[in-house]
Amino acid sequence: MPFNELLSDLAALYPSDRLLTAAAQIMPYESDGLTAFRGRPSGVVLPVTADEVVETVRLCHRHDVPFMARGSGTSLSGGSVPVPDGLVIGLNRLNRILRYDPLHRVAVVEPGVINLRVSEHVAADGLYYAPDPSSGPVCTIGGNVAFNSGGVHCLKYGMTANHVLGLKCVLPDGEVVTLGGESLETVGPDLIGMFAGSEGLFGIALEITLRLLPRPEVYRTFLAAYDTLSAAGDAVSMVVASGLLPGAMEIMDRLAIDAAEAAVNAGYPADAQAVFLVELEGPREEVAAEEVRLMKLLDDSGATEIRVAKDDAERLTFWKGRKSAFSAVGRLSPDFIVQDGVVPRSRLGEALGEIERLSQEFGIRVANVFHAGDGNLHPLIMYDGRVAGALENAERLAGEILRLCIRMGGSITGEHGVGLEKRAYLGEMYEAADTRTMFAIRDAIDPKSLANRGKMLPDAEAPALASHGAHPLEQQGVISRM
Amino acid sequence: MLHEIPVERIGPAGQVMADAVGTCVHCGFCLPTCPTYDALGEEMDSPRGRIFLMKEVLEGNLPIDEAVPYIDRCLGCVGCVTSCPSGVEYGELLTPFRATAEQVRKRSPFDRLLRRFVLETLPYPRRFRLAALLGRLARPLRRLVPGRMGDMLGLLPARIPPSERLPEVFPHQGQRRARVALLVGCAQQVLAPEINWATIRVLSVNGVEVVIPRGQTCCGALAAHTGAAWQARRFARANLAAFPDDVDAILTNAAGCGSGMHEYPLWLAGQPEEDAARRFAGRCQDVSKFLDELGLQPPPALAEPLRVAYHDACHLAHAQRVRDQPRRLLRSIGNIELVEIPRGELCCGSAGTYNIEQPEIAHQLGSEKARSILWTGCQAVATGNIGCMTQLATHLELEERPLPVYHTMQLLDMAYRVEHGASNGVPGPETSEAATASATAE
Repeated sequence: MPFNELLSDLAALYPSDRLLTAAAQIMPYESDGLTAFRGRPSGVVLPVTADEVVETVRLCHRHDVPFMARGSGTSLSGGSVPVPDGLVIGLNRLNRILRYDPLHRVAVVEPGVINLRVSEHVAADGLYYAPDPSSGPVCTIGGNVAFNSGGVHCLKYGMTANHVLGLKCVLPDGEVVTLGGESLETVGPDLIGMFAGSEGLFGIALEITLRLLPRPEVYRTFLAAYDTLSAAGDAVSMVVASGLLPGAMEIMDRLAIDAAEAAVNAGYPADAQAVFLVELEGPREEVAAEEVRLMKLLDDSGATEIRVAKDDAERLTFWKGRKSAFSAVGRLSPDFIVQDGVVPRSRLGEALGEIERLSQEFGIRVANVFHAGDGNLHPLIMYDGRVAGALENAERLAGEILRLCIRMGGSITGEHGVGLEKRAYLGEMYEAADTRTMFAIRDAIDPKSLANRGKMLPDAEAPALASHGAHPLEQQGVISRM
Repeated sequence: MLHEIPVERIGPAGQVMADAVGTCVHCGFCLPTCPTYDALGEEMDSPRGRIFLMKEVLEGNLPIDEAVPYIDRCLGCVGCVTSCPSGVEYGELLTPFRATAEQVRKRSPFDRLLRRFVLETLPYPRRFRLAALLGRLARPLRRLVPGRMGDMLGLLPARIPPSERLPEVFPHQGQRRARVALLVGCAQQVLAPEINWATIRVLSVNGVEVVIPRGQTCCGALAAHTGAAWQARRFARANLAAFPDDVDAILTNAAGCGSGMHEYPLWLAGQPEEDAARRFAGRCQDVSKFLDELGLQPPPALAEPLRVAYHDACHLAHAQRVRDQPRRLLRSIGNIELVEIPRGELCCGSAGTYNIEQPEIAHQLGSEKARSILWTGCQAVATGNIGCMTQLATHLELEERPLPVYHTMQLLDMAYRVEHGASNGVPGPETSEAATASATAE
């Protein structure tokens, strides 16, 4: 058994309290933020130094054991579900900020540093780290890099890849490489752009050089209520057409509002069918000028109520409701799927109408929360897993929504990644030649397919409870299961 | 989270436990607010990890003895309930699970003895007082006493105050605004009787008549949270019988007791007293919440300015969601500047008998809390729970910065007594003495 041989080598590297193999120790690692999938690893290691990570990867490579690096396990696409019988490398104890240079506005961090901690660490110098996924108080920078995470403010500032200047990583064969540096401009191919969002397939980030931004002088956060979801969608188009570039534009529909209200009492309007959150930010004079224009736009857009956050506390309350929405849906339904797709933002209203139609056709409630500014939809598909066939039905609906995104010229993922959940749809979004290229690149970097095997690229048996049927590429004979 | 817990087979608490598991979506928002995940950094010592383990045990996939070390390490602070967006009632899973585990788990003879000793002593003021006095005598020997017994001796205060019997009814001053019954707590009566005196004086000044029912016992929280369900039920039943119906509220001044009394319907689920327990729990309140809603007679300013850090007791802030009320009460006292403790949502490590059962983690959390408190530059600490007061005083002293630690009621009492003068004909100890420990003072 390759794992037993690996285990005896790992035992020389780790003390027993950081090498977990007992059932009660490894069971809690079976799942991430998408509990429909589970995978039982053979063991979990908890390294405390980068050297231990490198040595662990080398040992896995020597013994042909697949591994999965994990931070806080908050993936919503099953990206951090363990490879069955593989090794989990828990990076949450690698949580040091190695270097911080306020003058050059960079911070070098270990992968287990929590997203929000970076901004807290640099706040005293008036700086912050821009990407702000809703799970910011929990998720790790390593995971953000692996999934190129976004957040409500990526409309203006871009995704994680736009904020990573340099990376030191260990490749799946144990070689340590450095990508990028400390400057935004580099020579040659954008290797950081390739690594960020590779879902752990290209190895593990050990040191991440982050770009920090000066905190905007002022924020002005607006909350507009609408009678219909499409009216809110139209308001987004009006703001975009006006040339304003807010820091964030978010929409929640009635069900999502209900969930958020139950969870955090954000005080959202009780009778609105949709809430549109817009945030202006920047120098005081600029925001003051933009505020007048935005107010007029919102007035003209048919909003039934417009509120402006009067202070920072109220601003945070507006956002807290939005950022709790995913988990809060747990109050409305025992089980749900958080879907993540993108449509061109000019077609938002059309996409929402179509989702509504699908929801009725399937007889399944769907709550909608989305990054309206960049067309990133997050339908929350509610079901009761105890009812036979409910999960399968919900997954079919989720699949139809993804197909809708593809048809409209969008994408099957905006920021959650493909993970386990959407592997089957990769082949619908890309031509076979594109997918073959992806496989070729992966095979060049990880010929043994050890790093997070089975995620994103549909070439290995997934530890799924639910079956999506044969993958389209399988049907075409392009790939086969191991 | 999907589960296959055989609800009927588990008994009356089965549905509540299954609901807690079913509500968890495994999102991980609990992780940063869990003191043990913070200290240990492993999934099985996190709320969602423990939920997963309890689910596996209840489903029959995991032997209970393999899971209990991680369940034992849970402080029961329910900080995760505050941070959970999905609304998982973690406490309603943990308490019945511990009771179930207690029936089947294997404990070492020493463990059994220590547990028996704690459960047969702490909840009974007379026995505890005797034990504490003997413990004081034994303190010089504590380095010779092995392990946890020695730790227990270390937590005893420098002085065991004399016991003074509380009156059965304490009159209100001025116009009567309310009539309440007070639970006086068990360990608190022995370690810091001045807290009860301060509480009844503050209530009295505010026109509240205080009844102290004679038949009352320990609230039972200690027993329930360590899995001794039978003992918890016995205490709950005694209190249901002892507390009168003709009062406006049943008050506590110890966060742990208040949280325990709110759990009576859970402890007595499926018992004949379940409905009575629900009504009882509905009338229970922390004294700070009651006074805040009643409206405080404006207290006079303290003689000197005092910078006070308010420490949220977990069983007040998380379990009873009482956060703003004590802060409002304290802010109403002139010359008090109230400051916040960074990462204040984290438990101080006291957590009932936790500092006896898991001394290492309790010690780590206690030191971190003491350092966070000192970081604020405060001159005193206020909180609403005797357990926290003991823990904070011990660890501030270990940091060699022994700041006074007051109960919220003690600071209010001090303010009112500035006006009335020390001898206003009110019985009870003359001064509101802050908790001090003497772990290193000798």
